Amino acid sequence: MKIAVLVKQVPDTETKIRIKGDSSGIETDGIKFVVNPYDEYAIEEAIKTKEKNGGGEVIVVSMGPARTVESIRTALAMGADRGIHIDDAGLQADSHVTAKILAAALQKEGGVEVIFCGKQAIDGDCSQVVQGVAELLGISQVMIAVKFDLREDKKGALIQRRIGGGSQEVYDVSFPVIVGAEKGLNTPRFASLPGIMKAKTKPLAVLKAAELLGESKPRVSFVNYRLPPERKAGKILQGQEPAQMAAELVKLLREEAKVI
Amino acid sequence: MLSYDLTPEQDMLRKTIRDFAEREIKPIAQKIDEKEEFSYDLVAKMGSLGLFGMTISPSHGGQGLDYLSYVIAIEELARVDACQAATVAAENSLGIGPIYHFGTEEQKQKYLPDLCTGKTLWGFGLTEPDAGSDAGGSKTRAELKNGQWVINGSKIFITNGASRITAGVTVQAVSSTQDGKREISCILVPAGTAGFTAREMHHKMTWRSTNTAELYFDNVTVPESNLLGRRGDGFRQMLATLDSGRLGIAAMGLGGAQGAFEAALSYSKERKTFGMPISRHQAIAFKLADMAMEIEAARNLLYKACWLKDQGRPFKKEAAMAKLYCSEVMKRVTDHAVQIHGGYGLMEEYPVAKFYRDQRLLEIGEGTSEIQRIVISRELGC
Ligand SMILES: Cc1cc2nc3c(=O)[nH]c(=O)nc-3n(C[C@H](O)[C@H](O)[C@H](O)COP(=O)(O)OP(=O)(O)OC[C@H]3O[C@@H](n4cnc5c(N)ncnc54)[C@H](O)[C@@H]3O)c2cc1C
Repeated sequence: MKIAVLVKQVPDTETKIRIKGDSSGIETDGIKFVVNPYDEYAIEEAIKTKEKNGGGEVIVVSMGPARTVESIRTALAMGADRGIHIDDAGLQADSHVTAKILAAALQKEGGVEVIFCGKQAIDGDCSQVVQGVAELLGISQVMIAVKFDLREDKKGALIQRRIGGGSQEVYDVSFPVIVGAEKGLNTPRFASLPGIMKAKTKPLAVLKAAELLGESKPRVSFVNYRLPPERKAGKILQGQEPAQMAAELVKLLREEAKVI
Repeated sequence: MLSYDLTPEQDMLRKTIRDFAEREIKPIAQKIDEKEEFSYDLVAKMGSLGLFGMTISPSHGGQGLDYLSYVIAIEELARVDACQAATVAAENSLGIGPIYHFGTEEQKQKYLPDLCTGKTLWGFGLTEPDAGSDAGGSKTRAELKNGQWVINGSKIFITNGASRITAGVTVQAVSSTQDGKREISCILVPAGTAGFTAREMHHKMTWRSTNTAELYFDNVTVPESNLLGRRGDGFRQMLATLDSGRLGIAAMGLGGAQGAFEAALSYSKERKTFGMPISRHQAIAFKLADMAMEIEAARNLLYKACWLKDQGRPFKKEAAMAKLYCSEVMKRVTDHAVQIHGGYGLMEEYPVAKFYRDQRLLEIGEGTSEIQRIVISRELGC
């Protein structure tokens, strides 16, 4: 069973983001990059699925600059078998071309039955790539997955996904399928020390994003990055009768915050 | 050619151990410390992560890592909990180290595979009630009689010596006295040997969730082949073991200082007095600046000592300096950290009280600060 994991390297959640002088993007110097947290669930589920299947291969695919290799190595240290790094030098990718490039890489690989990804990357938070890849490959997709049970025939899976209002849906899907992992799908394992040492010697192929993309062009151009406005200090109502304060609160919520 | 970059593997290892410590150790560290409980569960988890036998060869079940990687791992454990760092460091340097470096192939095959997965632990019995710094003054005796070692004596403060999964201990003993000259040898004594008793010691101020033992040997008889390495080599084996062990103790000082510093920095930004966060009072800000500076210097000194060892160069002096300096830096840093916390710094609900207590051992174990100064000054030719 060939299993792929799509992984993105993103700034650590604790990073203080700074905008470049010309507003064309964020300053990447001095940023600590990590595996997108949702992708960690995807990596874990891929390795678990291989284990449950009693064999197979887990391939990590990641697009990004040279430093992206660190994230691929992290997945290899956790137990993935080999990596594909798609070098995106010179490309300002949007969700659309990212999906195109990843789909082309998966097609080139061929024979992949299950693809795990995070439901979104916490940098751009677009949450569009998984659906895009599904569409381009013409395969089923299940987003916001919280449970993945390999079917007994090992040719499909029962996948539970979270929908609004605390409800869940269960899909019985035959492979191939692409799954967008949500928090709670599993508890990602730690890379063991021997795993970290072994990762060094696992195969890692490099592809060029531009070649996989062909003639397509990004549809979104990034013209101006700005930091969100600083949050204003909260307001505390005090000193009045409770009933009065409640009335005041309702009024403020309606007129000032405009949330009711 | 000076380079301060770690390898990608060392970076990944740091991140992995940090995540592990935050996720698995931090939530229970305070509780088990309070109860003086040794956590078998954490030992098992640390074992499956590969934290035992880090620097020994994969052919004997280890991970084959360099000493800098080992020290980074201990540093990250100690940043969260000195006790788990101590269990791991003692096991690597005192439990596994001597068997790996001086043991016969048969001894290695017999004990190392289980020790390296954390399935079993091993103690190193050097200190006696009447011989600590003066370890050559051991009173424990081992006599060779009819092809068997007969051991009598006692040991004290032996880390990992009395746990349920302790498979045995290495005992330093006087193996003969000729013309007033004492011959010292190390002998392996498996747990459960008749006449051998290991008793847990309690009511420690530091390292409360580590396993510390008193060992008693009453006509304990083991085969002659349980001799570690060569007869009469015990003192040299002990000195070599302690040279490397010092790197682990230093890493505990560095990691503990880092943990206490981070706690103090974040507290100082939240706690307000006189209308501003205390971090904006210069007296507090300067303390934090000093703490950060000393930690930086400590890290450089320790990593250099590791580098020397990894290069196969002499590192005795630098290891002693790193052990001494890192433990004293942690003393100053934890002292400042408690001061910055005010009254809350004395309450066990805040992590700095434990850092403050745990620091104290580092100036005593594996050679007191006085002994480190002796080692350094001798290296200087004094
Ligand atoms: C929690 C814990 C775990 C331990 N784990 C182990 C272990 O696993 N294995 C093991 O063998 N031991 C272990 N020890 C023992 C530890 O190594 C000794 O306590 C230490 O070496 C000091 O020996 P001592 O306590 O006998 O002090 P002493 O040697 O009696 O020293 C008392 C004081 O005199 C000073 N002093 C001694 N000689 C000189 C000198 N020549 N010049 C100047 N000052 C001097 C010392 O620095 C110290 O301040 C452990 C101890 C503790 C507390």
